[in-house]
Amino acid sequence: MVLAGGQTLLRDMKRGQHAPASLIDITGVVPNRIEFRDGAIWIGAGATHAEVASSPVLGQHLAVLAGLVGHIGDPAVRHRGTLGGAVAANEPAGDYPAACLALGATVHTTAREVAAAQFFVGDRRTVLEPGEIVTAVTFPVARQAAYVKFLNPAARYAMVGVFAARSADGRPRVAVTGALAHGAFRWREAEMALTGAFVADALRGLRLSPDGLLEDLFADAAYRGHLAEVLARRAVALAAGPTHRIMVLSHGSRAGTDGQQPDSPTGRRIRDLSTS
Amino acid sequence: MPEVSMIVNGCAVRGTVEGRTMLVDFLREKLGLTGTHVGCDTTQCGACIVHVSGLAMKSCTMLALQCEGAVVTTVEGLAALSSPLHPMQAAFREHHALQCGYCTSGMVMMALDIVRRLGEPDDATIREELKGNICRCTGYHNIVKAVAAGARAMAAQPKETAHA
Repeated sequence: MVLAGGQTLLRDMKRGQHAPASLIDITGVVPNRIEFRDGAIWIGAGATHAEVASSPVLGQHLAVLAGLVGHIGDPAVRHRGTLGGAVAANEPAGDYPAACLALGATVHTTAREVAAAQFFVGDRRTVLEPGEIVTAVTFPVARQAAYVKFLNPAARYAMVGVFAARSADGRPRVAVTGALAHGAFRWREAEMALTGAFVADALRGLRLSPDGLLEDLFADAAYRGHLAEVLARRAVALAAGPTHRIMVLSHGSRAGTDGQQPDSPTGRRIRDLSTS
Repeated sequence: MPEVSMIVNGCAVRGTVEGRTMLVDFLREKLGLTGTHVGCDTTQCGACIVHVSGLAMKSCTMLALQCEGAVVTTVEGLAALSSPLHPMQAAFREHHALQCGYCTSGMVMMALDIVRRLGEPDDATIREELKGNICRCTGYHNIVKAVAAGARAMAAQPKETAHA
């Protein structure tokens, strides 16, 4: 089995979820460069989250992605965790899978190129074959994009996160993470609703089916569904603004303190980066 | 068993480890550097944070073998036994930023990483940066004060003694 930053794999090995006979550390073998090529950002799979978050290339062309990655895990985890590891792990509350789906990314492996929509195939599963390694991901630069996530109150991963983007050709894409055990998914009804006009009000009245939504100590299916609806409107509103944006919300204070929609979840804006 | 060598707190060290040995276990069990703690052992609490190649990392979630040739600094490397505390350690003492002390070495090592990247951040930023460090005693208020005071003290120092 292949080991990169190890921030998911080593944890899972401790839990007994993997017991590989051998591990091959590919750190330093897989590229970590970040380049702007033909309207897209190419990121080597070995790039750590800290490297992606602080990349000047991303800051200039796709700041929303740098902002998203700058809120994965914590600073020490971001010094080790990598893009390749995060997409290969495809955790159900992962931030990167939502970005890949909403931006229409392409995953490059040692064997082929796969569109993100085909790459992620279920709970912690991808189309990767044994021995196949992610080498890079390309993210087309969006015309407008924003990511809004609501944190789990204890572990601080996305209880629900919504990435809304309008691609260079004007096509809307909405990806939701943290809501389904299956992992991040495209919310097609929301995309349809946004096809006429990329404005938050176009999503009013949409309901995410509670079927299959995650339920745990922190949120039942109805709550997660409601969060997804509210966060989707917020993400579109942010994306429609003048800059790429990130918003991270958590429990604990009044709604609407950030001047956003009054029907926001009971949340506090702890970081609203106008990252460009 | 494989052998690993690295520089820990300025000293070249070498030891045999199992392939599965985590860096924190190598530091504690093989080198006797017990200032680095294991809290949750699941990459959440930050008690095990050390610097590897100058960056704060969770040593419970790195194999010792992944640190072959690396430069590692633990809390023991911040100040020699007979010399004064590092300014960040002194700030933690001054501001009573610990009660049981279990999280403290990880907090101090993270604090130095925050100062390296951000200089003298405001309190809200310090709180966000400490997301991966859990303290179950203090409520964080005094830790945040200590990090801010330590950052100020380090900024006031000549460069070469501002260890990070």
